[in-house]
This record gives sequence, C-alpha cells and structure tokens, in this order.
Amino acid sequence: MYRYFPHTSSDLQAMQQAVGIGSPDELFADIPAEARLQRDYDLPASASEMEVRRFFEGLAQESGTPRAIFAGAGCYNHYTPSIVKSLTARSEFLTSYTPYQAEISQGTLHYIFEYQSMIAELTQMDISNASMYDGATATAEAAMMAWANAKKATCVAISATVDPKVRQVVETYAHFHGFAIQTIAATGGTTDREALSGMLAKGGVAGVIVQQPNYYGIVEDLTGIADEVHAQKGLFIVNANPFDLALLRTPGEWGADIAVGEGQSLGIPMTLGGPGVGYMACSEKLMRKMPGRIVGQTLDNRGQRAFVLTLQAREQHIRRQKATSNICSNQSLMALFVTIYLATMGPEGLREAAQQSYTLAHELHDMLVATGRFKPTFASQPFFNEFCLDYDGDLDVLCSALEAKGIVPGVRTGLHTIMIAATEQNTRQQLHDYVQTVKAL
Amino acid sequence: MNNKLYGKLIFELSHPGRKGCALQQLPASHHSATDLPAHLLRSAAPRLPECDELTVARHYTNLSHDNFGVNDGFYPLGSCTMKYNPAIDEEVAAIGAFAATHPEQAMHHDHPMLRIYTQLRQALAELTGLSEFTLNPCAGAHGELTGLMIIRAYHEHRGDAARTKVLIPDSAHGTNPASAAVCGLEVVEVRSLPDGTIDVSHLEELLSAIGSEVAAMMMTNPNTLGIFEPRVLDITAKVHAAGGLMYYDGANLNALLGCCRPGDMGFDVCHVNLHKTFATPHGGGGPGSGPVGVRKGLEAFLPLPYVMVDAEGRHRVLTRREERPLSIGSIGAYLGNYGVLIKALAYILSLGREELRHVGPLATLNANYVKEQLRDTFLLPIDRVCKHECVFDGLADKSTGVTTMDVAKRLLDYGYHAPTIYFPLLFHESLMIEPTENESKETLDAFIAVMHKIAEEAQSDPEMVKTAPHSTPIGRVDDVLAAKHPVTTYWKSLEK
Repeated sequence: MYRYFPHTSSDLQAMQQAVGIGSPDELFADIPAEARLQRDYDLPASASEMEVRRFFEGLAQESGTPRAIFAGAGCYNHYTPSIVKSLTARSEFLTSYTPYQAEISQGTLHYIFEYQSMIAELTQMDISNASMYDGATATAEAAMMAWANAKKATCVAISATVDPKVRQVVETYAHFHGFAIQTIAATGGTTDREALSGMLAKGGVAGVIVQQPNYYGIVEDLTGIADEVHAQKGLFIVNANPFDLALLRTPGEWGADIAVGEGQSLGIPMTLGGPGVGYMACSEKLMRKMPGRIVGQTLDNRGQRAFVLTLQAREQHIRRQKATSNICSNQSLMALFVTIYLATMGPEGLREAAQQSYTLAHELHDMLVATGRFKPTFASQPFFNEFCLDYDGDLDVLCSALEAKGIVPGVRTGLHTIMIAATEQNTRQQLHDYVQTVKAL
Repeated sequence: MNNKLYGKLIFELSHPGRKGCALQQLPASHHSATDLPAHLLRSAAPRLPECDELTVARHYTNLSHDNFGVNDGFYPLGSCTMKYNPAIDEEVAAIGAFAATHPEQAMHHDHPMLRIYTQLRQALAELTGLSEFTLNPCAGAHGELTGLMIIRAYHEHRGDAARTKVLIPDSAHGTNPASAAVCGLEVVEVRSLPDGTIDVSHLEELLSAIGSEVAAMMMTNPNTLGIFEPRVLDITAKVHAAGGLMYYDGANLNALLGCCRPGDMGFDVCHVNLHKTFATPHGGGGPGSGPVGVRKGLEAFLPLPYVMVDAEGRHRVLTRREERPLSIGSIGAYLGNYGVLIKALAYILSLGREELRHVGPLATLNANYVKEQLRDTFLLPIDRVCKHECVFDGLADKSTGVTTMDVAKRLLDYGYHAPTIYFPLLFHESLMIEPTENESKETLDAFIAVMHKIAEEAQSDPEMVKTAPHSTPIGRVDDVLAAKHPVTTYWKSLEK
C-alpha cells in the first residue's frame, strides 16, 4: 500500500474479519464525535524520497559550509573521525530502545559501562552516570542534587563566569523547583574569591558551581574552593569541558563533589547545538543521590560477566513523586559517539588534539593583538583554546568582512568584545586569512 | 549474534603505544599547553584505551551484534512505539552542511536551517490542534517539565499562585509525578475504575475539595492500558471549570494520528515524543525529542531560546528574557536536539497528509488483531477495543508457575524483543504489546504462533521456560549483585 505500511487490501480484509469489524474506523467508535477529526490534515501532500532529499539538500546548499570556524562558547568544532560516524550509524545501536532486556542489550550496556569508565577517568571522579540531555541541564540537575543534599540551606551559588546559557537553565530549574540562585561576582574575568568567601561565611549555601575553563576561556585557579565549600557543608560542583581535561587539572583534583559538563567537544558534530550530551560524575558517597541511568557490572546465570541497568531505586519510575529528578532516559547514542571517539583518539591523540587547539588559539591571539586593532579583554589571564578580545573599530563591519570570506569569526560577548576559539581543525593558513582580513579594514 | 567475541572491554584491548587517529602536522610553536602553571595541569595522562582503528571497528561492530534493534526484528515493546526509522531521515540529518553548523551562526542570522524548526513546529501544531510549539525539550520527560513550568507561569501571571497541585491518574507513567515534583508541584492521585479508565466521580470529589488549588491535570490518552478515555471531554470541561489546565502526555499519540487531536479534546498543553510518534530512532535510550505545544493564549510562556519569524518571513532567535518577559526561561542551551528535529520533519514530509491519517488506524488494527488472536491463551483483563497497544495479565493458566518475566525471556530465544512487562501496575503480570503500523500481517502471525508455542511449552516443559533465555549471548543477570556491590567503572572492577 505505502512504503512504510505493508498492509495490502487482502491483509486488511483478513485482519478486520479476525477482529470482527468492517472497517478500521469502527475501532474509534469510542471517541466522542465532537473530538473526532472530520477533515484532512492541512499539511503538504506525501513526498517521494527524491523530493525529501531535494528539500533538505536545497536548505543545506543555502546554508553553505564555512571555510573556517572560530566560534565556541560551549560548542566546539573538533574533528569527528569517520570511524565514529560509521559505527554509531549501525542500526543495532540506532534502532534499539533503552537496554531493559539485558540479555539482548549487552551492546548498549557494554558501551555505556565503557563510557562511564572514560568519563570517570577524564574527570577523576569515582562514578559517572550514563549521560544526560546536555551540559546545561546536567548542571541544573547537579544544583538540584546539592539542594536535596543540604540540611539547612537557602540557595545554590553560581559564578558569574559560568556560561550565561548554562546559568539561565540553572535559574529556570531552581525557580520552579523552589530554591534561590545567588550569583558570585566576577573580577577580571574570573570568580571573585572574596565575594565567594563572603557568601559562604553567611551560610546557607547548598552548593557552589564554577566552570573550567570558564565562559571567557580563562583557566581559573580553583585552589582552596573545595575546602571552603566543604567547611560550610556544601557541595562543590565543577562544570568542565571534558576535551580540555586531556591536559587540564581535573574536577577530581580540584576536590569537586560533582563534575558536569557538555560532552559535545568529544567527537559530536555541532548540528546547530544538538544533540550533544551532558555528562555527570560524582564522588562515591553521592552515588545513590545521582540522577539518571547507571550501568553496573554483574554476573549472569552462566557465570559470565554481564552489564545491567542498576541502582534503579533512585529513578523516577520507582520513586514517582518522591524522585528528585524526572530524567528517565540518557543521550545513549551520543554517549556512544564519545566512547568511540575516545577509544579512537586514545590518550596520545586526545592530548595532541588538545595541544593543537591550545597552540593555534594562542598564535591567533598574539597575531590579532599584534595588528594593533585588538586588546585582550582580560589581560594576562591563562587561557586554553578560547579567548576574548576588544576591537577598536566597528565589530559589525569586521564580522561581515570575515563572514564574506567564509570565516565564522567567533561569538560576540559585548559591543566591542569578541570571543574566539580554535581547534585542531583550524590551520595556520586560516589564522593567516583571519588576520589579513583584519588588516585590510 | 557473535557469542565468541562477547565479553572484552575496550580497555582490555588496549595496547600501549597504539592510536586510531591522525591529525595535521603542526610544526613547532613557541606556544605549548605545558606553559600553563603546573597547578592548572592534570598530574597524569588519562588512562584511555590505546587502540588502532581496526581494533576499534571490530570491537564496536561485535558489540552491536549483542544488541537488538527494530531493524533486527519485531519489537512489540508496549508504550515505546518502536516504529521503523526510515533510512532517508538518517541520511538527510547527516548532511555535512547541517552537521558542521555552529549554533551561533543561527543565533544572530536568518539561517536557512531555522526553517526546519518553523516548518516542524507548524506541522505539529496542525497535527495536535494546538497553537504553537517549542521544539527545545530533549525528551518526553523534559517536555513534561517544560509544559508544567508553562502552566505554573500562567497561573502565577494571573496572580493565582495558590494553584500548586497536579491531578494525575494512578495509572500514569512514573515520569508524570516525578516531573510535577521537580517543577515544585504537589501530586494528587486520581483513582482508576476496574476497567482502567479514570474514575470521574473521584475526580469530581477532588475538584470540589481542592479545585481552587489545582494547577492542572495530566492525562495520557489513550491511557497506559491502551484504552481511550471515553469521558475525556467531560473531564477536560470539569477541570477547566475549576480553573485548572489540562496537560496531554503525548506518549500514546500514535494511536490518534488521523483520528483525533489533543487540542480538540480540550487539552491546553501537550508534549509529543518525536522518537515515538514521528519515527526518529530511540538510539538505545536517546537522543529523543519532546516538543511542547500550547493552546492560543499560552504562547508567551514558551521557553527561550525562542525562534521568531517576522512579517517578511525572516527568522530571529530571541535569547534574552527582556525580549520575552513572560517566558519560563531557558530549559537547554540551544534549540534542542536539532538533528532529531530534521529526522522528524523528513518523516512528516514523506508521509504527508494522505499517509499520516493511516498511522493511528493501522497501529490500532494491528494491536486489536494481536489481542484477538492471543486472548485464548493469555488472560485479557479488560475486554474491549484497545487502541495502539493491548495489555494481558500473563498466561491464562497460572497453574504452571510460568510468569510474565519467563514468557518475555523465552521470546528472546525466538528472536523477538520482549513486550513491556509489569507495567501498567494495575495488574500483577502485565504484558503490554504495541505492534505499530509498520508491521505486516505475516510478522504478527508469526509472533502470535510463537506466543502460542510458549504457552504450550509452559505446560510441557515449564522449567525450560523459567530458565530462558537459552540462545542469547548471556543468560539472566543478577540484578541484586549489581545493586548491592555497585561496580560502575572498569577501574572499580579492577579492585579486589
């Protein structure tokens, strides 16, 4: 009959007879007539595969592909090796459901276990869950975890240097869940430690959230924050870019209780910002308070090692309204991207890619400052692969000139300020082109 | 399935000195990350596996053989709508120009990819009879939370902040009460009648006692037993009269495609699962997508970022609260799982108005066909027309001791995915079968024959059924061991 419906008219006849009806319509006799749809949908006619393809390819052509991307701000143009795309497209992974039937879902359970191990290792935390929607919601879930963990608290504190997109999501969740968010002031592009100490001294802070590298790309010195937060019985939450953890001091080393963040930088294409993957890892003592799915190791009845969804007593389908999170899925396929990406890169490849991102970003930074048109927004702050510069001219004109050359110039964070990121996909020729365009203005 | 190669972890295949990638040669630079102060650097390199590309390719290909997807076989998992995921949808979503688009390119420009957002949003509004959708929520549960936030914001805006209770039928998915609790709302359960439908007299009692505190009622229709709530118009009218809003959980919307729309039943807010009704793949548990629609008058509360279209058809993405003062705020960093949105639009364009209207009727016919063929050997607790799924209460003959769990596990031996088991909670031995419109009569007949065969085996060799599965890569797992001594990383598994 149709390509996705196999029912022929003789099938329909036989099935209707078996059910004891004359037409499928009779199966809807229990729907009140006033609620029945009495007309066709006001939608386009059915399209052939060729027409569908033409529609999307037309949009793609119009969208174009930039020659060079220097935008970051939470979504990074790192390279996805072909093997990642080819293996994640396998229908056994793609078209399966949540691995409830462990006996025929070891593929999914097995890679989630590997994913959890890799995230725990990158962040140097004890355990990781099976992944969450994105870095912003994972941070909001961490805030709710801190709130639920606190005995007497009035708020969760978040640094002003955390990505505003993440802060907005945390604020939305907190508002409706019923707790306050206090923003810790920033000074010189980093968390104002005096403001943080003052806030903690007043008491009532269930948790403190910082970002590493922070929104502006600066690698913050988090020394001592964990002790200060723990002295007030709060939880220390670090939102870290997991790609950068190839080289940077880890949330575990900073003394974090919870590490969260966006995993898109680990091999997931940008696709307008989604799907990405949120990760969450925590200390062992918080294990039973962590939201989301967790895969654990066990044995089967033949004595073989096997993997299974575990600690489900935490989850919403058991706890219903007593649950502290409503999440009941993960971004499984995106966790598979991350797993295969990390397996392919290995410690050496990941370090090399991180090192190249660092190097190219620093070279571009110096070249742009040398033009005399830019000044560092936050002078002498250490950064990783992203930095902010103030431009002395009209940023609209500059961005248009760069875009005309197929360069996505960065993310504007102020009237005169632009935030620029580099990755291992950028080349020295691209840096040169960027700088030449600046000089030509 | 490749049983021989089952078992190794990628870490166990690691061999020091190997890697599976090659990057550009970047000649020496005077910039190195080791220039950073030592206390900002990690002390030891991460212990990630060291593998060549072929080792990675074989490992994950072998792992995939230990999995079961819709493309492997019949997947009658009730309430999950395991449809076929068309190949063309995958192909267009993976187009290079889409994958390589940074979100900031669309945040400040009239980017062509935003037309996918608006076109899908409009199609969903038409299919559900609502005014406007946000496509930002990443999953059904995320959509529920977003929808409830919209409802709370609406009442607060009217100065009616006392409405903090949500009515939820006791048959609801566990996510409904969890979403309400996370949204800061109090859950009040509405009882079901023995036939699984809502007890309207109990609803009336609740409304007369606490009507002024009711923010909303959440409903799944057809309900979690696959039964259409016959008094739905009555229910929505009563809740509206008490000042509450009606929330439609779109988990079971597939049954109604072509027949009936939530907006026409009186619902004010609803979420749709693109990974169920609109055929995007489940991906082993995600990424899904849970767009939320609202009726006229509630659009201003939709979340940020908000995609605006001006009179000339140009798109602009609004991200600041000042531009949408009544909005609930952001519920995600960008515009949701965009890649999933592309697939859903491809599906809707493929089927178009002619084919979409057959979805509900064919899914419903398939479910009723299975129900009628199995009622002789399986206990049918509610004997009436079902919608897209049917529920049995285990085998009709309980004397063999063979449980629903055993039947489910034995099905795996025959190359089927199991139905949903032990949900709904209304029955002790629930076995919920949802065949979807994509399955042919032959597939259903073969499945029905196997179900009959298992019923016979329960008589002739119950022990064999109770110890199933026998032909899968692993046997039944020890859940208690996993929870009692949690080992959730490779590193932990190395500790003795």
